[in-house]
Amino acid sequence: MTKYVTKFGSLDSYEKGGIEIINDDPKHYVFSNIFEVANSSKPWEKVAVGKNMEYVIEAIRAQGTSEWRTCAHDEFPTVLDGEVTIELVKLDKPTLAADHPGSVKLKDEPVGKKMGRIVLRRGHQALLPANSAYRFTAKKPGVLILQTIHGDDTIERWADICLS
Amino acid sequence: MTDVKATKPNLQGYKDFSIGGFHFRRDEFFAHITWPTGKHVMSADTFLRALQRDVAWDFFYGTVNFDHVFGTVNHYGNVDMFAGRFNDAYRKAELDHTENFESPVLKQTFEAMLDDWTNASFDPFASPAETDKPFGQKKGSNTSAVTRRRVAAARMVGVPGDEKIRTDKTHPINRMFADVPQDEPEVYPEPGFEKDVAAFSLFAYLSRSDVTWNPSVVSICKASLYCPTTEEYILPIVHGNDRVDWFIQLSDEIVWDVQDRDSGAPRAKVTMKAGDVAAMPADIRHQGYSPKRSMLLVWENADPGLPERISKGLASVHAVQF
Repeated sequence: MTKYVTKFGSLDSYEKGGIEIINDDPKHYVFSNIFEVANSSKPWEKVAVGKNMEYVIEAIRAQGTSEWRTCAHDEFPTVLDGEVTIELVKLDKPTLAADHPGSVKLKDEPVGKKMGRIVLRRGHQALLPANSAYRFTAKKPGVLILQTIHGDDTIERWADICLS
Repeated sequence: MTDVKATKPNLQGYKDFSIGGFHFRRDEFFAHITWPTGKHVMSADTFLRALQRDVAWDFFYGTVNFDHVFGTVNHYGNVDMFAGRFNDAYRKAELDHTENFESPVLKQTFEAMLDDWTNASFDPFASPAETDKPFGQKKGSNTSAVTRRRVAAARMVGVPGDEKIRTDKTHPINRMFADVPQDEPEVYPEPGFEKDVAAFSLFAYLSRSDVTWNPSVVSICKASLYCPTTEEYILPIVHGNDRVDWFIQLSDEIVWDVQDRDSGAPRAKVTMKAGDVAAMPADIRHQGYSPKRSMLLVWENADPGLPERISKGLASVHAVQF
């Protein structure tokens, strides 16, 4: 009986596909690879790899401990490589307007009740609830993608990351 | 709502269906479609797999091409059913034909046809390697398979009160994902925060999917929908976009044939491997090929105003300019 092997990618091992153009411009496909992007990113940089109007998917290199951040809407991180711990705090006083897009860095330690802790490994997805404060920790370099809205700290460097 | 127009069973045991000027008949191997200016024949296999997606997805986003001739265009409340509309030769010969229906009316006919034409041992959502063939004379029905509930989380799978994670009891691990780790995240909520501190294993969840080419919603950030799906063999429709959609290849590999949405002229072939991300422009149609069962994250913007803004030129057909 055939033993099937499921191929996932990682920072250390990934293969990138490509585009065979027949009658188009490769830029129209905004083609990148998350692991390649994370390999050239600084820890916790939020690099957009997908953009659909105001919405983005950010590729984030998980390494060390991130800053505390908060967001007025739900966000969803999914770990694609490594192990990431999330700490959550319910802010006593939410700092953002309800319609503020994307997350912002907190200047100080969050003030509020501890909500809990989550440990994610490859393939795990979590909820970052609106108006909570959160912080990531990764003891070893890893990768996560974040479903969110384009915010002040979203980095767009399409010409550097995409096939053209 | 109107009654479905259907005949008594024919010699092979299948009913004929009519709606507007379209007529549908199946025999042991084929679906026969006629309209006022022409006729078309499709394999029953291809037709039923496409019909299943069109019904289950409420006509989906944009165009669902069953093949190079027949399909539907969703206008979200009403739907065009067409023959030859997106085929240059049919249009030049003026053999193309389009009729518009209220969505629930057409859906009612499609649901009845899907149920009547699907035999007991055939599951149109399953990989061809995991179901019997659809051919032959009518033999029973598979109503539970063709009326599966479409999974759509309100916030995220695994959040208390929302869509549940999959287990051995309901969803055994697929044969091609037997090596996918099944560990779940460690979740430690403080008292009172059990509903907000949540996580689940997306990969384990997908490894237990019993359907192919059937996106389901696992998380929602306003109009941003994560719609992952497991893919094996060929996407049974050729999907024509009315907005940009994005693909994030989570595992293995899919090759996409990309064509011009309106003419079908080839534009590109996109090969995606694990970790690859690509946008599909709003003016293309595409069909995917997955040699091994793979995990694909389809990312949609469900903003209902988007198709009109794009069609009026107020929003680009391309995701990003650089």
